[in-house]
Amino acid sequence: MSIDIDTARKVAHLARIAVPEAELPALAGELSGILSFMEQLNEVDVTGIEPMTSVTPMRLKRREDVVTDGGYQARILSNAPDAREGFFAVPKVVE
Amino acid sequence: MLDHPRARSPEPKVIAGAKSDWELVIGLEVHAQVASNAKLFSGASTLFGSEPNSNVAFVDAAMPGMLPVINEYCVAQAVRTGLGLKAQINLVSAFDRKNYFYPDLPQGYQISQLYQPIVGEGEIIVEMGPGVARHVRIERIHLEQDAGKSIHDMDPTMSFVDLNRTGVALMEIVSRPDIRGPEEAAAYVAKLRQILRYLGTCDGNMQNGNLRCDVNVSVCKPGAYEKYQETQDFSHLGTRCEIKNMNSMRFIQQAIDYEARRQIAIVEDGGKIIQETRLYDPDKGETRSMRSKEEAHDYRYFPCPDLLPLEIEQAWVDAIAGAMPELPDEKKLRFINDFGLSDYDAGVLTAEAENAAYFEKVAEGTDGKLAANWVINELFGRLKKEGHDIGESPVSPEQLGAIVRLIKAGDISGKIAKDLFEIVYTEGGDPAEIVTARGMKQVTDTTAIEAMVDEIIAQNPAQVEKAKENPKLAGWFTGQVLKASGGKANPAAVTELVTRKLGL
Repeated sequence: MSIDIDTARKVAHLARIAVPEAELPALAGELSGILSFMEQLNEVDVTGIEPMTSVTPMRLKRREDVVTDGGYQARILSNAPDAREGFFAVPKVVE
Repeated sequence: MLDHPRARSPEPKVIAGAKSDWELVIGLEVHAQVASNAKLFSGASTLFGSEPNSNVAFVDAAMPGMLPVINEYCVAQAVRTGLGLKAQINLVSAFDRKNYFYPDLPQGYQISQLYQPIVGEGEIIVEMGPGVARHVRIERIHLEQDAGKSIHDMDPTMSFVDLNRTGVALMEIVSRPDIRGPEEAAAYVAKLRQILRYLGTCDGNMQNGNLRCDVNVSVCKPGAYEKYQETQDFSHLGTRCEIKNMNSMRFIQQAIDYEARRQIAIVEDGGKIIQETRLYDPDKGETRSMRSKEEAHDYRYFPCPDLLPLEIEQAWVDAIAGAMPELPDEKKLRFINDFGLSDYDAGVLTAEAENAAYFEKVAEGTDGKLAANWVINELFGRLKKEGHDIGESPVSPEQLGAIVRLIKAGDISGKIAKDLFEIVYTEGGDPAEIVTARGMKQVTDTTAIEAMVDEIIAQNPAQVEKAKENPKLAGWFTGQVLKASGGKANPAAVTELVTRKLGL
């Protein structure tokens, strides 16, 4: 499978990455290269083999249902370009 | 499972188009907020109505380097819900990222469970009348994060974002397309809400958005749905549209009805339904396309690399199963069998677990039917009139139980009991003591009643003559005697004496 320029443009937009039009052909080529390597990996027969999710056998860590965090509105908002009355303020988005 | 005969299925809703009849096919995705103290992957509070952005941890705000750690109680709540819907529990499930951009989703993705949900197939029995019920199959329940809240009306050019809800645990409960009309859809949501509230896994508060749903609607010709059920082949059904984010039973019904008629008009006109997401506008009473969502629908799901698969042990599931509360269907059946209640009364009393618990305390050691009448007609009626719920009742179940026992023992008449209820409701106190202190005890002493009967008969010779010709008029004497006794005379004893004295 190869990625054409239109698909590259769409993927970039979905990821909200600005890619100048002139760079799209090169990007499409790189993505195609990655996919063809994946296709090569797909040739290995993995029927009946569980996907490996961890190098060492580990159990997903759990937390208790206790409030241990939060309560620092000012710190949460401190990096916001615009914050008003305790809210993040962003350019209007209306459905 | 309960061993009772399978109810008959309700008739599907049929809408007459210009050219033919059409049936509706509906499937629901219900988003139920998990009742928990902390969020699904952070230690921030889930409390509703807090200062904006105060219940936010750095994980929720998606600060770089933050990692999600799952709240085990939220997992238990999902398992409990699955067990309550007689569903399969998956001992291995996994989390995936659903990628999209929106200001109230700082991660740029929602952690959800697309490929391996924690709960598999189950069922909800939705009663539509005595002996009529729809068995709605549940396809799956998965755990996922809620998004934050955007407020659009505080500024003309800006939207305000509050991340307090960001990362709160949601259960998405997905039904099969087994619902066949607007009323059934609302009844399904009501039944699911009732089960969740019994289980304590979601408070079901629709106004706060703690329970909301997406409704999938399509239309087909009569007969086509049966072919789908035989084959499970969706090609027998029409193309569906999804109406997003409904949080009112009334709007769910209105939206389905509008949407079905819209689709019928298009198809009968030779057009084609486009599968799309729509929004219901309650002011205009119509659904409209959310075209802007279409491109965003490319969610590029992939397994969340921050989280190992969620493995739970059968013994842990069994422990949850062993501590399940009695569910609405079981409780209702028990009320019918043990207390001799009608289907309707049992339904009213089991609608909320709190009501059922109240009733059981009232009925303890006395007549269940009588207790049900008093709880439903007097107490619920009075509470409703004053806009209170059962938790705010000034009459405790012990007090109402005492009133019912006084009636049952023949100590007070039904009429006096209403006065007594009024006193207990407004002033409080011990019902038995009030009866004694205020001389409300029913007169069952026949000599006392006899004297009153004699007096009334002696005072009304003309009425006596009429009653002798028309025995139905004897009731007038009974009424007079009861009135003279201040409602304390036993009506049965009075009737008997009046009949005898008049020689009827």
